[in-house]
Amino acid sequence: MSLPVNAQDALNSFEQASGWEQRARLLMQWGERLAPLSESEKSEANRVHGCESQVWLVAEQQDGQWRFKGASDARIIRGLLALLLIRVEGLSSSELQQLDLPGWFNQLGLGRQLSPSRSNGLNAVLQRMAQLAAGT
Amino acid sequence: MFQPSPWRADFPAIAALQRQHQTYLDNAATTQKPQLLLDALSHYYGHGAANVHRAQHLPGALATQAFERSREKVAGWLNATDTQQIVFTHGATSALNLLAYGLEGLFEAGDEIAISALEHHANLLPWQQLAQRRQLKLVILPLDNRGLIDLELALQLIGPRTRLLAVSQLSNVLGAWQPLAPLLAHANAQGALTVVDGAQGVVHGRQDMQQLGCDFYVFSSHKLYGPDGVGVLYGRTEALARLRHWQFGGEMVQEADYHNASFRPAPLGFEAGTPPIASVIGLGATLNYLASLDANAVAEHEAGLHRSLLRGLNDREGIRLLGQPQLALASFVVEGVHNADLAHMLTEQGIAVRAGHHCAMPLLKSFGLDGAIRVSLALYNDSDDLQCFFEALDQALELLR
Repeated sequence: MSLPVNAQDALNSFEQASGWEQRARLLMQWGERLAPLSESEKSEANRVHGCESQVWLVAEQQDGQWRFKGASDARIIRGLLALLLIRVEGLSSSELQQLDLPGWFNQLGLGRQLSPSRSNGLNAVLQRMAQLAAGT
Repeated sequence: MFQPSPWRADFPAIAALQRQHQTYLDNAATTQKPQLLLDALSHYYGHGAANVHRAQHLPGALATQAFERSREKVAGWLNATDTQQIVFTHGATSALNLLAYGLEGLFEAGDEIAISALEHHANLLPWQQLAQRRQLKLVILPLDNRGLIDLELALQLIGPRTRLLAVSQLSNVLGAWQPLAPLLAHANAQGALTVVDGAQGVVHGRQDMQQLGCDFYVFSSHKLYGPDGVGVLYGRTEALARLRHWQFGGEMVQEADYHNASFRPAPLGFEAGTPPIASVIGLGATLNYLASLDANAVAEHEAGLHRSLLRGLNDREGIRLLGQPQLALASFVVEGVHNADLAHMLTEQGIAVRAGHHCAMPLLKSFGLDGAIRVSLALYNDSDDLQCFFEALDQALELLR
């Protein structure tokens, strides 16, 4: 399965990044690209709990394809969200369920962000996404 | 000027962490352990483990002896009048839960429990839940702008309906000694039981139970350079006698038949099941080690580091301290920077500090915050550790601003 174009872009840039500073800069840059959520979308129902910061994840399905939107008040998790969303954009439920998302973050050199002690919220976001995808 | 720690080499993990490029400044969460403790654990497991207070055989007798010697050392450390005033629990949290369940029968609907606004969840939730079970009123003693319990208000709020006062000695977020003496005296005069959460306080200077004058004092071993899985509940003899038995099982019982049982008094009556034997023995070894240090030199060393920490934070623009920390730690936020982002950047640079709500959500909310960064010191830290932290902080802020 080939990567979506944006995801391939991200992978290229992260593969070239040397050192944590460059990765952090890239993360923050990707975070800026997230489409903003409306105030009504930042609802309690869309909140992802278990994060150090406030994180929202909005999911819609159109013609069998998932459209996710996300936001956070912290920049690093915003970047992680952006990298997640470009990877899952337009997938069907079954494609989403088969996707190895930890593998995706490992490819980006960000696997450590998924360690259980990290409370940045990426784990919670992945769990929520899986629930949303399975629940329909 | 370089401020070395003369005790750094006594803690082998510090060198190991350094080899992993980690600077450990999360000591209010848990501490590294002295070699003497590692030796004691290894000796106990290497020379024959046995259960305590049960068996007549030699290994059992030796284990029981070592276990009870630790109780004596803890009693000595706290200047308790009697060894039997020391109950071993599984941590400060379990000690506080023991109290909240063990004292439950003393409360009637409408009675009041007073706690402070800065309590760690461990000294908030057991009382909050007790209040809900028994329709009690949980009274929250407010703080002044220095992060201390507002004494004037507190003395008004603690009244004849107050059956229990439970307060921290030293806040894990604000790093300030609380005015315990007048609070405890006033609560005593009102006929209230008093509980002091010493989880942080016990680490910074010797605490004297006879001087402090509380009914119960609680701490956990692992924050005091000891093993985890052990907590200590000190209780005045009369206060311990008011505790109802809570957890039931092996060795806490005197007589049992199928339908009835009678139980031992404190301490054994409150140590149901096999206790954390190795850890209790290890705590004794840790206290031996700590007793061998020059307490004044330790206090001065920590105070010096704390001054440097505050100076460094104050020198930097946009940093807001929580309260007015006096010792041990400092919590702060940076204007325009999310603490989760700052925590990420510090972690990437091998700085082990704590970010988040520090198990005191209501306190953080009262500052209008959902998180903060906390740097907390131990006797093995040195000025190089702080320098690493500040270099990483500057680097992080440069990236984030």
